[in-house]
Amino acid sequence: MQLTLEFGGGLELLCDSVKIHKVNVNPQDGEDKLNMKDLLAWVRTNLIKERPEMFMKGDSVRPGVLVLVNDCDWELSGQLDTTLEEKDVVVFISTLHGG
Amino acid sequence: MEANGGESSRILREIENLKSAKSEIERRISDLEAQLRDIDEKDETKTNSTRSCPPLSNGDSGFGHGLSPDMIYRYSRQLLLPSFGVQAQSSLLKASILVVGAGGLGSPALLYLAACGVGRLGIVDHDVVELNNLHRQIIHTEAYIGQSKVESAAAACHSINSTIQIVEHKEALRTSNALEILSKYDIVIDATDNAPSRYLISDCCVVLGKPLVSGAAIGLEGQLTVYNYNGGPCYRCLFPTPPPTTACQRCSDSGVLGIVPGIIGCHQALEAIKIASDVGEPLSRRMLLFDALTARIRIVKIRGRSSQCEVCGENATFTAKQFQEFDYEKFTQSPLSMTPLKLDLLPTEARISSKEYKERVVRGEPHALVDVRPAHHFKISSLPNSMNVPLSSLEARLPEISSALKREEEHASLYVVCRRGNDSQRAVDYLHKMGFTSAKDIIGGLESWAHDVDPNFPTY
Ligand SMILES: [Zn+2]
Repeated sequence: MQLTLEFGGGLELLCDSVKIHKVNVNPQDGEDKLNMKDLLAWVRTNLIKERPEMFMKGDSVRPGVLVLVNDCDWELSGQLDTTLEEKDVVVFISTLHGG
Repeated sequence: MEANGGESSRILREIENLKSAKSEIERRISDLEAQLRDIDEKDETKTNSTRSCPPLSNGDSGFGHGLSPDMIYRYSRQLLLPSFGVQAQSSLLKASILVVGAGGLGSPALLYLAACGVGRLGIVDHDVVELNNLHRQIIHTEAYIGQSKVESAAAACHSINSTIQIVEHKEALRTSNALEILSKYDIVIDATDNAPSRYLISDCCVVLGKPLVSGAAIGLEGQLTVYNYNGGPCYRCLFPTPPPTTACQRCSDSGVLGIVPGIIGCHQALEAIKIASDVGEPLSRRMLLFDALTARIRIVKIRGRSSQCEVCGENATFTAKQFQEFDYEKFTQSPLSMTPLKLDLLPTEARISSKEYKERVVRGEPHALVDVRPAHHFKISSLPNSMNVPLSSLEARLPEISSALKREEEHASLYVVCRRGNDSQRAVDYLHKMGFTSAKDIIGGLESWAHDVDPNFPTY
């Protein structure tokens, strides 16, 4: 499944400072769907190069990270249970405090 | 030389005297203007009730919208907008907006809010203007360096628009004063720079029922949304748990391109104007994400009010009293003010002052000096003969340090420096564990070098 993953608000620093990643992720063996929980595990293994605790806590994202699936807060689509589809765009953004 | 020195200190003294006389005069002018406004307001209510002829200057011109001829002329370009017009302008003139933080976000926000005719504009900040603020905090000028940001911002707003009321709050916003200050305004703009202030301001807005226009910027990115508006979420609905302190970057550490907070601050002013004048669709339940490098603005849909929110949720009972007793610094594990962290990791014998280091260099003591700042910091300024080994690559580059020491005499000392003396302690702690038992850190880093040894050494 082709997905576009974007990291912002400093999270890109955890994956070699690359903000946009075009990736191919497939459902696990025996599954026909890919959900956000699967994707997070995949991102952690394949994209996060350092300090994984700055991206994840438990099996979800750490506090202060907003997750957007097709420009929509994942809270509105079922968080970890959100089912992903071909060509979806998933944005991970760390909230900023500076000014 | 001596005579010149005396002459310049005399001039400096005179400048100081004139500056303080100037701010005293400005204070008196604004006091008098406030008195005058009070008198005018009373007169206005009298005239309205008796329906007599309005005063010629500065009063209602009698067209039912409350705008004086001067106001009509000043705001004419906004009045000509069919979707704004006199209705929205009169609402704006009756509105009050509080801007918390007269920094990178607050600067353009305040300038536009003053210019567009917000009736009463409050400014909260406890800080003073510094030279390294001016690249982004465009409301301040060189003449105000060392003076209160609030005074500086108020003077700038006043010089753009002397007809609006500007209220100076020269103090840090805390649980002890926030309710009193925020309660005097219709709309609050969060233009602060740290996590505890963001929770504090949002909670206070929920307790008081005020809409909150929240913006943030760092590096080359910005974010903006409106909280607690029309059934929309509050800050805690989105971020119930504070992020780890290591995830809270600050402009003074991570850097920021001046115009980036400027762009977000302009958007904050715009959202506040829309809410105050009841025009358009405020950015509630949506968030604007700005990426300067790729020139992209993305508007995303965010959750509504969370029924589980501890502050604004269905069963929440967050009262004014609870707010006043809440410890925001403990909750977020970070301080409300900008005091930089001062670690104390090492025993005294593993540390040396910048002055002592200087003496040892002068004595010709054989040693190696390792600077553990990131490479882009090292490029800004560095001490002579220091080698740059960023803390993040220390582990991999230990052999380089060993060979640097071998190039010196036997028993050469090893010193470690960084910007403020925190990372150097972390590095020395690690070096001790790896067998470099003589490693010492320079207390207070390059900042103390500039302060105590070489005032010409550039700081940032
Ligand atoms: Zn809430």
